[in-house]
Amino acid sequence: MMRVEHLVKRFGEFTAVGDISFEVAKGEIFAFLGPNGAGKTTTIKMLTTLLKPTSGRIELDGLDPVKDQNKARRLFGIVFQDPSLDGDLTAYENIEIHGVLYHVPRAERRERTESLMKLFELWDRRDLQVKKFSGGMKRRLEIARGLLHTPKILFLDEPTLGLDPQSRNQLWTHVKHLNQTQRVTVFLTTHYMDEADRVAHRIAIIDHGRIVAQGTPKELKEQTNAESLEQAFLTLTGSSIRDEGADAADAMRQIAKMWSQKR
Amino acid sequence: MSTIYILWLREMKRYVRSRAQIVASLGQPMLYLLALGFGLGPVFQRSGQGSYLQFVAPGVVGMSILFMSIFSGIGLLWDRQFGFLKETLVAPVPRLHVMMGKALGGATVAVIQGSIVFVVCLIAGFRPVNISALPIAFLFMALIAVMFTSLGTAIGSVLVDMQGFQLVMNFLVMPIFFLSGALFPLANLPKALAVVTSLDPMTYGVDGLRAALIGISHFGIATDIAVICAITAVFMGLGTYFFSRIQL
Repeated sequence: MMRVEHLVKRFGEFTAVGDISFEVAKGEIFAFLGPNGAGKTTTIKMLTTLLKPTSGRIELDGLDPVKDQNKARRLFGIVFQDPSLDGDLTAYENIEIHGVLYHVPRAERRERTESLMKLFELWDRRDLQVKKFSGGMKRRLEIARGLLHTPKILFLDEPTLGLDPQSRNQLWTHVKHLNQTQRVTVFLTTHYMDEADRVAHRIAIIDHGRIVAQGTPKELKEQTNAESLEQAFLTLTGSSIRDEGADAADAMRQIAKMWSQKR
Repeated sequence: MSTIYILWLREMKRYVRSRAQIVASLGQPMLYLLALGFGLGPVFQRSGQGSYLQFVAPGVVGMSILFMSIFSGIGLLWDRQFGFLKETLVAPVPRLHVMMGKALGGATVAVIQGSIVFVVCLIAGFRPVNISALPIAFLFMALIAVMFTSLGTAIGSVLVDMQGFQLVMNFLVMPIFFLSGALFPLANLPKALAVVTSLDPMTYGVDGLRAALIGISHFGIATDIAVICAITAVFMGLGTYFFSRIQL
């Protein structure tokens, strides 16, 4: 379903992603783990046509997202690290715009919107402005939206960041359910190792822009003689803390946080 | 087409729902209108130029459109990281359509805002001399809106942080406004200022508005329209180019 070969992304002198290769099979849940600044989000951005790779090859269901941008875009749904809903619009309107942008025919759009919103327990709140939603509800809405155009691949970039354990648990239950019933391939990143351990079929650990280990959660634990995935992760990536250089987006993220608290 | 329409519609809905913002953005134009209109009125009158309120009202209408247009463009910066724009950038639709929907929405909002300010001017005592020229006034309002949403889109696409916003406000938007002849007549200016005002695109917008509303024009309507269209084409080109190059 997804094949990445010798993918490289450099920003000037800095190498964000340095020569990574991996494959994700159809219907698999693949977790991409790594410390802050390891290159996870950069990789997702390249896979989803938002960034052009410096070199290397990407194949999504046989398509090259660099060349066939729009065809590739129809293949996947994505939940970004930062929210991308319009808070002034209602939940239903947010999904409606998505349907129009992805050319989902009107009748099908209505039908799927209703069934997805019911599945994610949002149908009763469909006419509420999204800014009045809780963090967990927003995430669920984003996933429901990402699934509206029946994508073959679902990208989730730290979808559970800032959610309480209940919401996290519920979110992963939904994702697993979708994966089992509709065979949606899932590519996710997270900082919570227990989540990856529980949900993912296979895991790749990335550090300093390189993949340092790949395998099932069990294999990774055996390989490092660790009891938990967290231990395995620390053994593989070391326990030093990564100081990510704060960029403009981080500064704005802070402001966004202040604003969302005020509201 | 459906992409452009749905994104335009989104801007409309957002505008209608942000009542606080509508009222807030009326504050500045009203201050100019009332403080300057009535404050400078007597001096203006004594120098034989007639009513300053009559003179400045078209400038204030133009200003509200200018600010609204540029803001909607710069809003891109925020929207890109924490907003809906990201969702539209991964959608299988041409970037050009995304940009057009957003820019047309922004321009429409700016024209509505300008119309509200126009009504406020009427309440304050402003009287257009020729009612039949009102359509021309609206034409100029639309031209100003399209010109500056295009510029705003270009700027919003290249800015990377919120500090840049202040820079743009102080070194671009405020000069565009103050050097446009919105507040003072263009006749008999010192040479240097005359040159600068004639280089400011807003000058032609205000001049056109004034021609339609109070029948006084420095350059003539034909020149105003020609210059604005030419500059708008350039700004649109820039906006399209920079918007198409946005990477996240």
